[in-house]
Amino acid sequence: MTHDLRLPIDESTARSLRVGDVAYVSGTVFTARDLAHRRLLEAHAQGQRLPFDATGLALYHCGPVVRPVDGGWHVLSAGPTTSARMEPFEPRFLRAFHPRLVIGKGGMGHGTQAALAQEGAAYAHFPGGAGAVAARHIVRVRAVHGLEEWGMTEAVWILDVDRFGPLLITMDSAGGDLYSDRRADVARNLEVVRGRIR
Amino acid sequence: MTRQSIEAALANALRQAVTHLPTDVSRALERARAEETSSLAAGQLDILLENVATARRAGVPLCQDTGLLLFYVDAGARSPWLGTLRSCIGSAVAQATTDVPLRPNTVDPLTGVSAVDNLGRGMPWIRWDLVDGDDVVISILPKGGGSDAASRLVILPCDAGPALIAGAVIDHVAACEGKACPPMVIGLGIGGPAEGALSLAARALLRDLGSRHPDPNTAALEDEILDLANRTGVGAAGLGGAATCLDVHVEAACRHPACFPLGIVISCWAERRARVVVHADGSAEVVAP
Repeated sequence: MTHDLRLPIDESTARSLRVGDVAYVSGTVFTARDLAHRRLLEAHAQGQRLPFDATGLALYHCGPVVRPVDGGWHVLSAGPTTSARMEPFEPRFLRAFHPRLVIGKGGMGHGTQAALAQEGAAYAHFPGGAGAVAARHIVRVRAVHGLEEWGMTEAVWILDVDRFGPLLITMDSAGGDLYSDRRADVARNLEVVRGRIR
Repeated sequence: MTRQSIEAALANALRQAVTHLPTDVSRALERARAEETSSLAAGQLDILLENVATARRAGVPLCQDTGLLLFYVDAGARSPWLGTLRSCIGSAVAQATTDVPLRPNTVDPLTGVSAVDNLGRGMPWIRWDLVDGDDVVISILPKGGGSDAASRLVILPCDAGPALIAGAVIDHVAACEGKACPPMVIGLGIGGPAEGALSLAARALLRDLGSRHPDPNTAALEDEILDLANRTGVGAAGLGGAATCLDVHVEAACRHPACFPLGIVISCWAERRARVVVHADGSAEVVAP
């Protein structure tokens, strides 16, 4: 099934996304890598509010290449980074800030899977390295947080995107996980492959 | 005057490296797409090929991770530029970081502070080999972090042979799943001291895809591991299918009888390379990678 999503999305929309579905997203996406996850959660634990409302938005695991252009910013390349690095933070992050979509590459672990089910959210894959194609869908940089302190890569970029995709839903709120299916396939294949080694 | 021409050629090469995927790599991706039977994986490979064309046309980095910039120098012993090159490379890195632009990717490992110019402690990363002659050939490898994090040093049992080597590599490829951005290129360094195994593996990534080691036994091992890797079903982006690995390159050196190191250095599908030749008269040109 193919979804055209206009962010922010509500819980029932997020729960309707299933592994194998394709999504194109428009609206607001925010980036956060390991450092931003850690810092935003620390601020949250101290009772501080986020400088933006993440509810229903897409959290994008990405550190873009950005160029300054007359008072604003132009994103040149913005593919996903390896999501597994954010696993130690993601369950708490989802419960604290309520994004409904996580976009990244490579998939995540059991903690995130449980949080997706509990909160009503999904994980979407975009191929790693496809930074130039992804950037074509970014129409505007709304804001950036933490740029001075954390640098371009780790800053939180708030981006307006237009039909960003095709994103493949690879983990859903019903416990679906394409990565664990593939892991089982690869384990079976490995038995055969080892037998071929001369 | 000539120092400027060396820096300009290096800065141009850095731009080319991150915006233009070498032809041998894009051809390998096209071949993988043509042979792919999984429709899910074919869709992923289509996006990668579209991305390669988009980056080339727009002159923008094809991946936002423009890498840690690695320089492998075959330095002609009679070149008059040997003492100047480190500072030329540093200047070119800073210039390309602003002009291309490149993502600032050098983080001090102890303070956590990121440099704005891709320099900082230990950078630029340069490996020197002295060769005969008065030309200097500088090979540039922008090394993405996701695939470099999948690199390994394995110490094999001392009675290991090709079968154990192949097994260790295949187990590692399977364990990496989609994290190293397959279809990957695998550089293997077999033997040498432990630090040499990883150096040999990284050097192996500089070879053209499709090339084979001149030693027939080593070439046969490259073919065998490539075939096995593509039977694991990891597939493009780790989503399954036949395209797990674009190529395997092996370099080897003698080891100690009591230590059998195997260095595995993985490149993502975007195996970006560029090459500059600096002549004795100070003229410098970007050549095919």
